[in-house]
Amino acid sequence: MERLQNVTKKIGKLEFALLSPNEIRKMSATKVITADTYDDDGFPITMGLMDPKLGIIEPGLRCKTCGLKVGKNGCPGHFGHIDLAMPVVHVGFVKTIRNSLRATCRACGRILLTDNQIKEYKELIEKHRKEGRDTAYIFKNIVSDCKSSEKCSRCTREIGKIELDKPTSFREKGKKLTPSEIREWLEKIPDSDIPFIDINITAARPEWMVLTVLPVPPVTVRPSVTLESGERSEDDLTHKLVDVIRINQRLQENRDAGAPQLIVEDLWELLQYHITTYLDNQTSGIPPARHRSGRPLKTLAQRLKGKEGRFRSNLSGKRVNFSARTVISPDPNLSINELGVPIEIARELTVPVRITQYNIDWCKQLIKDTAIAIKHEETYIPQVNYVKRYRENGIEQRIKITDKNAEEVAEKLEVGSIMERQLMNGDIGLFNRQPSLHRMSMMAHRIKIVTKKTFRFNLSVCPPYNADYDGDEMNLHLLQGEEAKAEAEILMKVQENILSPRFGGIIIGGIHDHISGCFLLTYKDKQFSKEDASQILSAIGYTAKFPDNHEENGKTYVYGRDIFSVLLPKDLSIEFKAKACFHCDTCKAPNCPYNTYVIVKKGKMLKGIIDENAIGAFKGKILDRIIRDHGSDAGREFIDTVTKMAIASITKYGFTTSIDDEDIPEQAKQQIHEGLEKAQKKINDLITAYEHNELESLPGRSLEETLEMEIMRVTGRTRDMAGEIASRHLGLNNSAVIMAKSGARGSMLNLSQMSGCVGQQAVRGERISRGYQQRTLPHFKRGDLGASAKGFVASSYKSGLTPTEYFFHSMGGREGLVDTAVRTSRSGYMQRRLVNALEDLKVESDGTVRHTSGEIIQFMYGEDGVDPARSLNGDAVDIDRIITEVKEE
Amino acid sequence: MAAKKPAKQKKTKKPVAKKPTKAPFVKKIPQKKIIKKEPVKKQKMKPVEKKPKKTKEDKPVQKTKPSGKQTKKEKEPVKEIKMVPPPPKAPEEPDEHKKIRAQIHKILKNNTLPYNIINEIIKRVVKDKKLESKLGRIVEKTMVAYQKTCIDPTEACGMVGAQSIGEPGTQMTMRTFHYAGVAEINVTLGLPRLIEIVDARSSPSTPMMNIYLRDEYRINPDLAKEIANQIEITRLVDVADIEMDLTNMTIAIKLNTKTIEKKGITADEILNSVSSIKKTSAKKEKETTIKINLDEPGYKQLQNVSETLKTLKIKGIDGIKRVIIRKEPNEGYVIYSEGSNLKKVLEIEGVDPYRTTTNDIHAVGRELGIEAARNMIIQEAYNTLSEQGLNVDMRHIMLVADVMTADGTVRAIGRHGVSGEKSSVLSRAAFEITVNHLLLASQRGETDGLNGVAENIIVGQPVSLGTGAVKLVMSHGKKKT
Repeated sequence: MERLQNVTKKIGKLEFALLSPNEIRKMSATKVITADTYDDDGFPITMGLMDPKLGIIEPGLRCKTCGLKVGKNGCPGHFGHIDLAMPVVHVGFVKTIRNSLRATCRACGRILLTDNQIKEYKELIEKHRKEGRDTAYIFKNIVSDCKSSEKCSRCTREIGKIELDKPTSFREKGKKLTPSEIREWLEKIPDSDIPFIDINITAARPEWMVLTVLPVPPVTVRPSVTLESGERSEDDLTHKLVDVIRINQRLQENRDAGAPQLIVEDLWELLQYHITTYLDNQTSGIPPARHRSGRPLKTLAQRLKGKEGRFRSNLSGKRVNFSARTVISPDPNLSINELGVPIEIARELTVPVRITQYNIDWCKQLIKDTAIAIKHEETYIPQVNYVKRYRENGIEQRIKITDKNAEEVAEKLEVGSIMERQLMNGDIGLFNRQPSLHRMSMMAHRIKIVTKKTFRFNLSVCPPYNADYDGDEMNLHLLQGEEAKAEAEILMKVQENILSPRFGGIIIGGIHDHISGCFLLTYKDKQFSKEDASQILSAIGYTAKFPDNHEENGKTYVYGRDIFSVLLPKDLSIEFKAKACFHCDTCKAPNCPYNTYVIVKKGKMLKGIIDENAIGAFKGKILDRIIRDHGSDAGREFIDTVTKMAIASITKYGFTTSIDDEDIPEQAKQQIHEGLEKAQKKINDLITAYEHNELESLPGRSLEETLEMEIMRVTGRTRDMAGEIASRHLGLNNSAVIMAKSGARGSMLNLSQMSGCVGQQAVRGERISRGYQQRTLPHFKRGDLGASAKGFVASSYKSGLTPTEYFFHSMGGREGLVDTAVRTSRSGYMQRRLVNALEDLKVESDGTVRHTSGEIIQFMYGEDGVDPARSLNGDAVDIDRIITEVKEE
Repeated sequence: MAAKKPAKQKKTKKPVAKKPTKAPFVKKIPQKKIIKKEPVKKQKMKPVEKKPKKTKEDKPVQKTKPSGKQTKKEKEPVKEIKMVPPPPKAPEEPDEHKKIRAQIHKILKNNTLPYNIINEIIKRVVKDKKLESKLGRIVEKTMVAYQKTCIDPTEACGMVGAQSIGEPGTQMTMRTFHYAGVAEINVTLGLPRLIEIVDARSSPSTPMMNIYLRDEYRINPDLAKEIANQIEITRLVDVADIEMDLTNMTIAIKLNTKTIEKKGITADEILNSVSSIKKTSAKKEKETTIKINLDEPGYKQLQNVSETLKTLKIKGIDGIKRVIIRKEPNEGYVIYSEGSNLKKVLEIEGVDPYRTTTNDIHAVGRELGIEAARNMIIQEAYNTLSEQGLNVDMRHIMLVADVMTADGTVRAIGRHGVSGEKSSVLSRAAFEITVNHLLLASQRGETDGLNGVAENIIVGQPVSLGTGAVKLVMSHGKKKT
């Protein structure tokens, strides 16, 4: 029985058409004639704008048309109508009206085409329709064909030029056409000619575009609000309708009383204005109707239009229940697919559980426990908030569980009821961070209830969400159906999203400390005493055989790489270059003198360093391989243990960076200083050469441009030189260098800017050149082209910038900020357009890519049918690997 | 291969004979994309290969049956120009390769593998003869691996593609000008360029061409220079000083002999083009001076004539502002130009019509057909993204290019193109210009079949993509106890 209730109706199609005056009257619940809403006693006036026949908005009252109350299944509201004294043009259709007038004869109403043309166009339109092409240009041609004819071929009437005075008035041969005349004209057009003016006869008649009756929307569409002071405030639409009715009434009275033509025409135009603004208050050419406060009214078109309009805000975007939002913070002890949810949120959100014969005992216990849970708030025990029962007649009964009735409800629990239970560990929820730019912005996590008030998750999951912990907030959605839970489990869990469909590589992996931790564990044949090794291994809960060890000076040592090997699957064999690779001219691959070539054979790491290229997000090769060979769960496991081990090892080692990491010896500073002076001289030489016209210009460049380019080159090289000297004095015992080399955070460029020289500041890719007349700052001579006058910062961040340098540096920095601001909006719009254009495409069972309407876009997806997410960086198959495998067989 | 060639030549001549007058360069190419008999084809290398022009290394890597056919179709239009060399021959596949290919096909039986995967296998087997005996095993394993990587039916590939291209957009630079390839030419790059491609603007903001030369032209610097002179636009002001003589109402053009020589123009040529100005008579006074008399003297006329003289084109192709000749390794001389005019440049003798490219997508579409335009979109978008160090799979970009070119014209992604021509009223209304779409739909009596994503979200129904596309109902039979 309950099943019957849940039968869902499916909307098959939507048809669009115009309302004819008859239809408007037929669907009208009442005629509206009074330009007022409520009388002095606060009751709605009959045949006024708030007539109870139009629906009700106050709870408790009954609608006079349908007898229903307010509510979900209550009265939807009913349309009324206003009979207009004189016809009025509909603004939205002025273009169609203009085309109809231009294309037809005023006397006989026939289209101004010869029979031959009619036949030709008919065929053309039919052909285009069949092929699903755009027909708009055909109708444009028809109108221009008709415009050029001077006489109607059927009744020999002369054709006058039709002009449209924006927004709503028409002139024929300079003489104004009244809406009544237009309507009469349009009425004459025979049905057979209507298809040629782009109107479908089953949906509309051209004369319906000149309004004689105005539908009045139900009050539910324009509810009035009662302010605190007891004053009623009407909706914008109601205000506009009041204006329409008032003018309509005056027009009627004046016309009936035989008032002078001029007055009638003025009122008629006023009515036209009010109806135009009622339909669209942003029509160009007329002032928008305003509220008393001066705010423009939000009328029909404004309600639908734009980002805050009905379509984009309410119809395409839906509000949801069972969601939560709070600040995020890191928790390295959680697995990547877990999510720490605060108790406060867990108590608030519920999951429905249907009582079946299989879980009834468990459910009963849970309800009983609720009584205990309510008493012991401090420890989290999931409670049951409600139990929903369905009575014989299908009516739902909700029982709130309290510590008093828990026992009773539990005993009475029957199969088929639904209980709403609070969150438990292991529930599945969708976690999301805006902007949701790709599908990895929303992933399914297993919930773990935690104390404190933030959402907590593993740091490795930051890259797909693009999250950091500087105050970001994220959202959680709870799934309410079994089907949804199953789908989320299979498709949306974090481990299923480690491989990005964007480029077929991993997007979740070790970051920051995970990388430097592994680096410290493995570089320079690092070895650990048995005790330290044991501690690191215990951090990941390792229980199997202790890794290979050797004795030295009576103590037992273990190589860091052997500790790491513990994590690797036994069948893993891989070789690759580490991030720390020096990119020597001749690579001595397997025997790299710097030990940056990683070799793993059968799950044992023989050589190399573990860094970003092994386990990092976006790049980690070992991680990538493990996921492909052993599946996503193994990948998740690997990330979890690697991060734990890395943190254990970095804790063991001790790792910190501070400002003295950027210290370089006095002698190095001297060297940099000499280099800077040399560069200064070089630039001065270039400038003198330029001033004496001795500079040779580059092909296709002016002298000035050449000079600029040359100077930019010199300054660039100078910065590199300074960085080079500085990095010579910063060895791998320096934490900042370790981070840069291993790819954990920062780059050598950052370091060289901190300890060597910041370098040339640029705005729009050029040296800084604007400011005062012929100079950037008053500190320099006019026309000074030297390095420091144009934004070269010779100091390092550590040594501090001079005032002028600081100013130039800020200029460069500001450009970056502006750039980011502009970029986000531009790329956001591009993505919206791309999504809108491509959202309807899907891969069919036959491998083709089709639009949901059936149009074929590709005969085979990507020309080879390969899923980018499953590809190896775009390649379908790793043939080299297959061949080596076959060789070994 | 051999059997294919004559067929292609026949085809080439037909369109020229059929419609000799109107736009012989536009060749209607069957709208729908490639892939006929061999459904599975290469990825990655594809655009480079199909579009024989641009950055191909010296010789086409290895031509293949289907892609060879493709290339020729695009080349076809150029046939019109006299002196155009035959298209570069696809090197005959060595017998060895053919043999292995046949073997592979035998092993495959009714299954298929993408063309380039087969090629990769062949390449490796030829290199290492020992593998031949294990070919069966290799192919088998490859097949298993390939089937594992295939995309699932009902996958929302469009959505994924749009996200994959849109998401890295936030990481791209806004900085418009930077140098690509040639240091001397500024090209729009980064996000603005990507938006430009997706928008299908009628002309790029920084048009540019890579003009490849053929045969001796690319080896001989003088010949290359000559072509460059023919291409680069030269105006009168560039080669001469124009002096107005107000007392005599004449204009004297003093030619700069040095630049004239450098540009390879003769004084007579200049005289010719100067004489083309109406209501004047031009006369050579000295070797290097041309005097112009007005038919109707007057200060205003004098001024006007002097203005027209300044911008008078002497030589070159319209739209090409600047050219740079560079010697590239393994290639010889290549001309890079600022400004683009594909049609005219292809007509110049010595230009290799098969490799010359422009970044003007519409021009490529006009001159070489829609397939070429599609490849150009893929190439340009891919290069723009990878130039920024962003790794985006080729298939996503292909999909965008295919959507843009699916109806035979290059359409923009946006309300004036793809989105504006959608069949669903609700989807169009939800995108942009809501009210107009609704009004038009009501007047035309349109029907929305609720097939797409946006429509179903609006009415609150499951969308027919992914798991929502599966129509599976479980019968509520009696429970087995």
